[in-house]
Amino acid sequence: MSGAGSGGAGRGAAAGVVILGGGQAGIQLADSLRAEGYPGAIDVFASETHLPYQRPPLSKDFIAEGADASALPLRADRFFSELDVTFHPGVTVSSLDRSARTVTTDTGEVFAYDVLVFATGARNRRLSIEGADLAGVHYLRTLDDAQELREELASARSALVVGGGFIGLEFAAGAAARGLDVTVLEQGERIMGRVLTPPMSSHFAGLHGAERIDIRLGEGIVALQGGGGPGGGRVTAGVGAGGEVYPADIVVVGIGVLPNAELADAAGLTVTNGIVVDAFLRTSDPSIYAIGDCCSYPNAHTGTMTRLESVQNAVDQAKVLAKTLTGTPIEYVELPWFWSQQGANKLQIAGMVDVAATTFTRGDPASGKFSVFCFRGDTLLGVESVNSTADHLAARRILGNRLPLTPAQAVDPAFDLKAYSRAAVAAA
Amino acid sequence: MPTITYCHPNGSRDVVDVVPGTTVMRGAVMNGIDGIVGECGGQAMCATCHVYVHSEFLDELPEPNDDEEEMLEETAAPRDEERSRLGCQLKMGSRIPAIVVDVPETQVAS
Repeated sequence: MSGAGSGGAGRGAAAGVVILGGGQAGIQLADSLRAEGYPGAIDVFASETHLPYQRPPLSKDFIAEGADASALPLRADRFFSELDVTFHPGVTVSSLDRSARTVTTDTGEVFAYDVLVFATGARNRRLSIEGADLAGVHYLRTLDDAQELREELASARSALVVGGGFIGLEFAAGAAARGLDVTVLEQGERIMGRVLTPPMSSHFAGLHGAERIDIRLGEGIVALQGGGGPGGGRVTAGVGAGGEVYPADIVVVGIGVLPNAELADAAGLTVTNGIVVDAFLRTSDPSIYAIGDCCSYPNAHTGTMTRLESVQNAVDQAKVLAKTLTGTPIEYVELPWFWSQQGANKLQIAGMVDVAATTFTRGDPASGKFSVFCFRGDTLLGVESVNSTADHLAARRILGNRLPLTPAQAVDPAFDLKAYSRAAVAAA
Repeated sequence: MPTITYCHPNGSRDVVDVVPGTTVMRGAVMNGIDGIVGECGGQAMCATCHVYVHSEFLDELPEPNDDEEEMLEETAAPRDEERSRLGCQLKMGSRIPAIVVDVPETQVAS
């Protein structure tokens, strides 16, 4: 089944589900639709030409010295034929006609849909300063990005990282482990300041400092300097807001992402920090849904509209949507959780911490293994754990099941979190 | 080349050759072996690459670290105290040139 419409006529009765995006959300949806018994046509459009791959290792294992140069696939290559899913690599859908229920690709082909799903993900925010286009300036999101960076890492001796978020620091840790001198410029007052509580943020600042990663807080970047040559040549340094020059062979920019929501916006769907969906992941058009990094959904745990960039969210939203599309509508209420691997340190977050809320620490940060419990009043909002998977897993059960927990219990080393969370879940 | 044999609950087997350094999880995902998900990409975060190692290979394996121990408590299929491991933590190479594992009934808690 090619699924391609002839003469722009679409496919009429065999329209099926059209999925825009071949990342974790889109591929999981195709998989889960078949697992749930969906019998119709499924077409997946991916802007990249690679077979779908896992993104998280790209900023971690993939850039390590001597690491396997092949990306970890999301599924084996026979996935599409076995599940009778039509994969369209390197094809971008450029317009959407909601009244005709068709999409048109950048090559002019027209596809009809019964259900359209945006799993379009997000793209990197880009620097727009002088020198931003110099060779040696990298972003890290796609496999192509990671491969280019990996090649240059082999000969680079110093790296400048713009942005002290997860991606920037994961890369910084990997580059430092390879022996590069690494400087991180973070505009805010602390690293990972949007996503971590102050105690966890400062713990990681200490860890990275000990690995000779030079973290400059409150420092923006105003220009990148090149070594001359056609088009400015290769990057040689970054210039901070205060005029300080940071020499570097490579620059990695990690300053956040933008949801890929332009097509939805142009088609008149509601877009506010992502494609807005309801608890069933449905957009303002009942035939159109959105999942993963591109969507803004009502978060059952915070009561606010939320757009998340995480594997867990992408996969779980896809699984829930597959049930809805096969006749068992269910709301998305999964507990968000995240992880980041920075050098030897594993950071895991359960729930949604509020960086302004009250924090309680369990365990001794000096041991390198502890958790921060984030409360608003008596309500536990989220838990950050470093090298403490047991705490993290207990926290997921406690938060996911809304079990009561007091700050006193959280910090008491004699209080067995794991046993408590298991017993309470079993009793529920 | 190291060889990994995956034995399925229905009695069928998949045998794959992998380059040294490949983990049991990666070998499965790369080759489309049913029953191993590897959702977190091999960071010991998700427990969806749980396998039961055949006893004769256990002596060659490094002990699980604390993270793996914790994740093994969370597997969807029952843990076997002796034989359960996370496939992402088992790296093939000269020390482990061959391994045979049973794939559990499920990796995902419902």
